[in-house]
Amino acid sequence: MTARAVSPSRLATADDHAAAAELERTWGDRPGLIGWLSTVDHKRIGIRYMVTAFVFFLLGGLNAGLMRLQLSQPENGLLGPDRYSQLFTMHGTTMMFLFAVPMMTALGIYFVPLMVGARDVAFPRLNAFGYWVYLIGGLLLYAGLFTNTGPDTGWFSYVPLAGPEYTPGKRADVWAQTVTFTEIAALIASVEIIATIFKHRAPGMSLNRMPIFVWAMLVTSFMIMFSMPWVATASLFLAADRLIGTHFFNPAEGGDALLWQHLFWFFGHPEVYIIFIPSLGMVSHIVATFTRRPVFGYTAIVLANVAQGFLSFGLWVHHMFATTVPQIGSSFFSATSAMIAITTGIQIFCWIVTIWQGRPRFRVPFLFVIAFVVVFMIGGLSGVMVASVPFDTQVHDTYFVVAHLHYVLLGALFPLFGAFYYWFPKFTGRRLGERAGRWHVGLFFVGVHLTFFPMHYLGLAGMPRRVYTYLADTGWGPLNLLASIGAVVLVSSVVVFLANALVSLRRGTAAGDDPWEADSLEWATASPSPPYNFVHQPVVEGRSALWDRSEAGPVVTGLRTDVREALVTTVMDARPDHRHFAPSPTVAPLLAALATGVTFIALIFTPWGLPVGSVLLLVTITMWAWPSREEHADQRSQETGAPA
Amino acid sequence: MIQLGGHSALHPAGPQAARIHDFWQFLWIVAAVVFAAVVAALLYAAFRRRGTDLDPPAAHRSAVRAVAAATVGSLVVLFVFLLLNFRAGQALTMPPDGAVHVKVRGHQWWWEVVYPAATPSDQVTTANELHVPAGRPVVVELTSADVIHSFWPPSLVGKRDLIPGDVATIWFQADTPGVYRGQCAEFCGHQHAKMGFLVIAEPPADFEGWLRRQRNSSATPADSVAARGQEVFLATQCALCHTIRPTPAGSRVGPDLTHLAGRRTIAAGSLPNDPASLARWIADPQGVKPGAFMPATPLEQADLDALVAYLGTLE
Repeated sequence: MTARAVSPSRLATADDHAAAAELERTWGDRPGLIGWLSTVDHKRIGIRYMVTAFVFFLLGGLNAGLMRLQLSQPENGLLGPDRYSQLFTMHGTTMMFLFAVPMMTALGIYFVPLMVGARDVAFPRLNAFGYWVYLIGGLLLYAGLFTNTGPDTGWFSYVPLAGPEYTPGKRADVWAQTVTFTEIAALIASVEIIATIFKHRAPGMSLNRMPIFVWAMLVTSFMIMFSMPWVATASLFLAADRLIGTHFFNPAEGGDALLWQHLFWFFGHPEVYIIFIPSLGMVSHIVATFTRRPVFGYTAIVLANVAQGFLSFGLWVHHMFATTVPQIGSSFFSATSAMIAITTGIQIFCWIVTIWQGRPRFRVPFLFVIAFVVVFMIGGLSGVMVASVPFDTQVHDTYFVVAHLHYVLLGALFPLFGAFYYWFPKFTGRRLGERAGRWHVGLFFVGVHLTFFPMHYLGLAGMPRRVYTYLADTGWGPLNLLASIGAVVLVSSVVVFLANALVSLRRGTAAGDDPWEADSLEWATASPSPPYNFVHQPVVEGRSALWDRSEAGPVVTGLRTDVREALVTTVMDARPDHRHFAPSPTVAPLLAALATGVTFIALIFTPWGLPVGSVLLLVTITMWAWPSREEHADQRSQETGAPA
Repeated sequence: MIQLGGHSALHPAGPQAARIHDFWQFLWIVAAVVFAAVVAALLYAAFRRRGTDLDPPAAHRSAVRAVAAATVGSLVVLFVFLLLNFRAGQALTMPPDGAVHVKVRGHQWWWEVVYPAATPSDQVTTANELHVPAGRPVVVELTSADVIHSFWPPSLVGKRDLIPGDVATIWFQADTPGVYRGQCAEFCGHQHAKMGFLVIAEPPADFEGWLRRQRNSSATPADSVAARGQEVFLATQCALCHTIRPTPAGSRVGPDLTHLAGRRTIAAGSLPNDPASLARWIADPQGVKPGAFMPATPLEQADLDALVAYLGTLE
């Protein structure tokens, strides 16, 4: 490998043009439907994930809109308890499992390879498989709703209510299997992201030079790996209790109803941080780009992120302060719940200092960051409040907590929307409209406060969560109406965003490759990026990969362009280590996902789903792993020592 | 309509809720100050007039100092928070002396309330209403007959879950006589929304009197309409689920109705206890609480009126 002076996004010589053309042939997909179904390109899969997750976001929002309509006045007859229970269960399940986590991992799948200067993720076929499994899970859930088999025991599906005795029928099974599908997808995404980060970074990008978003995705992925198995265990136990008559959660037979809560929240609390740690990563990038200086306190921010990852596993019991867990044990969880505020606090302080020192450009992504801090502070402070056991016994399972969690999670949505404005040119080569963007951020900000701020008061005034109606004499009517009006404002802001995106997709101003003069590697290639990402993988010379770039601008050369060859580097220092052949596109992951779908959906109805599905899976995975003739020949020539 | 009484954490009526309310005052004031400080710093940082910048090393030093100071400040605030939090928690869990003992059992979707007594025949069973003596601590033992429920009268005390296979206890005290409302706080199925209860705090003498009266069986119907009502009750499905002492109806599936007429509400706090509501509830329970386990009882109008009249005599 040699270094050569060339800007990675510019094709300087005729050789570069030839290389680009050959890379296009090697890494491109086949045209037409078959190419669409067989692609393993992380960018196409990432976009697919994002679009699907956004559709689920709209559906989840629709559920919430109907709930707000029902609650806008006391004793409203619009929705009965059955429909309402399905809606709030769908809302929570959709937003957590089908929107928030997939959206964050989708951004990881799209941007991590670009930001670390790789050609693709580490395991491209697995990546495609993950997406299809996720899609099947989402379709299953909504097929349930539209056949009046929508889950109705809450996104947390507490037993024994969700057990065989109190929820006969298939509703809770649909929920459990949807969760299984999304767990598989999330675990796959986390494996992809971790392996890509550890082994596919561009030379020179040692761990201490990694972009903060990449760090955030690394922490998030490890959290997924350590938390998702718990909900997988829990939903497996639940499915077994329901399908084959085990008694994991049946106290009459020696089971334990609280076991479910421990397992669920040991996943469920890290889940919240899985959603907002990537958002914090996005904030760091937006702050750096729009103040035109590296974020202050890189090390502090990274360590805070890592600490958040660890601490988030010590919080789960604060969802259970009203149960019979011992009081003395609860104080440990109060303390960790308070301490995690420090890790977020440090990041907010560092951003404020960066803004202070910089010269901010008040473009839409930056406005979203400002709004984010305001909203998120409220969610964080009410989070410290509910960390208190005595106070929590009053507000737990009330609208106060509804307000708190929406301030946190919609707080995390601000950087996400900001990141869409920031990265839209990367996806499409065009900018999102700036004026519509200002309306979007403004309406969203107002809508969040109108909808959720009154809920703090409603909770303290005695209104429990998950009620389909309330008596007029409670006096909760006016503030509920206000919250419902706020929901209309929220909907209008999302409509503005949607219209902006659709119009800009066709008629947005052309952005060029690097519209914001940003510092990280995703901008070091064309926008939108070619299938192979970089003609020449860049060599990284500093923490701000593009700002610290020397005149010479060294790149990686010597990799083959006629086969899918990628460079693998060492974990700590990202020194070139060896070459790796990335697999070619194939429909096998789709077929394997369909086999997985058949297995788990059949398991709702019969244990025979398992043996039958296993055979289908074996066949499809064999197809998947079967090497093509060309790949085989290429790898043999490589192993027998063809010169580099 | 229903007199709901106090049902807000912001209007405490007992030492438990008052202590939590005091702590809440501290919490929101500190939170408001922290919020204002951070947002002010952010807005100033964003919109300040840009003059000549400090030289880079000096700027870096002051930035480090600012972040460190803010972090240490947050730590101090959180430590004070934790300290006060533990003290509040300790004060709340102290077991009181001389308490009245009550057992509450959660059902989908109503509350069974039992006042245990040394002599089994003195035990009192009622539903959806806790009568308590004002100014005296009450220890409540919480269990569930089916799924998880949560007992929560916000003016008196924070909530505690009723978990099948487990026994939880909670204590509270109503300082002054009054009616305080509570509601199930853990999602427990279709009628989670209409699973309310009342805590009725009375002067101790009144409470003792109430308890004595509850031990009595109901009186024999005095007039022919009520007598007809009792016949209807015993001859239809009512008797399959409810108890009315001393009649042969002795089932415990639904609430004990021996002293129904003395209660303020029916259907777990969903309707006022008046003849019209009773008739509506008996004829069409699914219209009042869709999904509730009480089946509709189709009756001739005269029989329904007689039944309601009989239930009205169960003082």
